[in-house]
Amino acid sequence: MSLITPDTGLLFWMVVIFGIVFFLLARFGFPIITGMVEKRKQKIEDSLRDAREIEARMQSWTQEHGKMVEDARAEQADILREAAAAKATIIADAKESAREEADKLLAKARTEIAAEKESAILEIRREVALMSVEVAEKVLREKLSDKEQDAAYLDKLLREADKLPYQAKS
Amino acid sequence: MILTLLISLLFAAAVPAAEAEEGINASEIIFEHIGDAYEWHITEWKGKPIAIPLPCIVIENGVHVFTLHHAAENGYTLNENGKLVNAATGKRPFDISITKNVLSLMMSAVLLVLVVLLTARWYRKHNALEEAPKGLAAAVEPLVMMVHDIARENIGEHDYRRYSPYLCTAFFFILLQNFLGIIPFFPGGANVTGNIAVTLVLAVFTFLTVNLTGSKHYYKDIFWPDVPGFLKPIMPIIEVFSAFMKPVSLTIRLFANMLAGHIMLLSVVSVIFIVAKYGPLLTGSMSVVSVLFGVFLDALECLVAFIQAYVFTTLSAVYIGMARAHGD
Repeated sequence: MSLITPDTGLLFWMVVIFGIVFFLLARFGFPIITGMVEKRKQKIEDSLRDAREIEARMQSWTQEHGKMVEDARAEQADILREAAAAKATIIADAKESAREEADKLLAKARTEIAAEKESAILEIRREVALMSVEVAEKVLREKLSDKEQDAAYLDKLLREADKLPYQAKS
Repeated sequence: MILTLLISLLFAAAVPAAEAEEGINASEIIFEHIGDAYEWHITEWKGKPIAIPLPCIVIENGVHVFTLHHAAENGYTLNENGKLVNAATGKRPFDISITKNVLSLMMSAVLLVLVVLLTARWYRKHNALEEAPKGLAAAVEPLVMMVHDIARENIGEHDYRRYSPYLCTAFFFILLQNFLGIIPFFPGGANVTGNIAVTLVLAVFTFLTVNLTGSKHYYKDIFWPDVPGFLKPIMPIIEVFSAFMKPVSLTIRLFANMLAGHIMLLSVVSVIFIVAKYGPLLTGSMSVVSVLFGVFLDALECLVAFIQAYVFTTLSAVYIGMARAHGD
């Protein structure tokens, strides 16, 4: 039957036609298409990998950033605490030194006052002594009758006026 | 669905209705359709056939070119198989006529080359890395990449690129011819992939590709396989036989599938005309049944057209992959 006996003419033409088609398409057709598609596939794969990498990097950046913010916050708290402590010590120091200064001033004032007082007392004493001498002179001049008695009296007066080391002198 | 219905109806119209009165010879019509011919019969109009005359080319003491009508003048006649023979001696000359199948092959070849080269042109003109393929390229690319992937999976990563163009060509060639065969009117309708000569050539190309580029390991497996000593002389015989049976199976699988599809479809449509003489009621009801069956078979054939192209390509890839094995 002719159905299953291959016809020579058709065999010949099939070889020729398929050969030409194969030559043309294998040379100018399919490799170009598959080449470009493979390149594109490669590019898509690369892009996806890059995207994944970038995402990972972004994530690590975010973590880093968060860590940095946390650190900064902790540092801020430290600084604030330190500042508060410094403030307290400064204030305390200032208070201390002010008190010391005041004490010093007070002490100085006190000693000065004491010295003033001393000198004033001395002055007064001298004044009093002079005055007493003058009084004594006047009294002596007028009542120099009983010299012995008067002198004793004067002495007694002076002693009463001020119980001072003058006693030893006289 | 409507389209396939129309296609079926056109198939029905293609069968000469005039012969219905005396009862038609369905097998003659079917064999005329699935066979090759020296002219492209389109239809019959008022008892006269409408056909595209094709050049007959025979080489016998020089080249003779004529149409079938003038065969007798050139000393040739048709034998009982419808082939040109020398009228005097009754011998077949070397006949390279542009028959119906050859013309169909040529047209599909031109169409295929155009489609693929235009697609390739798109990739040349555009930067495929930046824009998505459009139009023709978008339609062809998935199929090309499908075959490319078949090649990669079966042949192996390092040299599948060498074979991918052959597999692509075979796949698209078969696919286009299969689909053209389903279209019932010119320029389709020729039973090309259902012709054993065509499938044989395709299988031989695969056979040559497999055996001319086979690795050392492949040939060692054929002629000196790792089997017990008493099997050593038997194995090469079996292996060589198997190597030759592979293209035979490829040939027959594609040929038989496509031929069977055409015969089934034509038979179902012929039923309408066979029962025509039994009255309008039966003819009407059988027409409905035939058309429904025709639609079903047409849809099936569309599937088979793809599957057979796919199977041929995949098996070719598998055979090439086996021949490229490098051992363990």
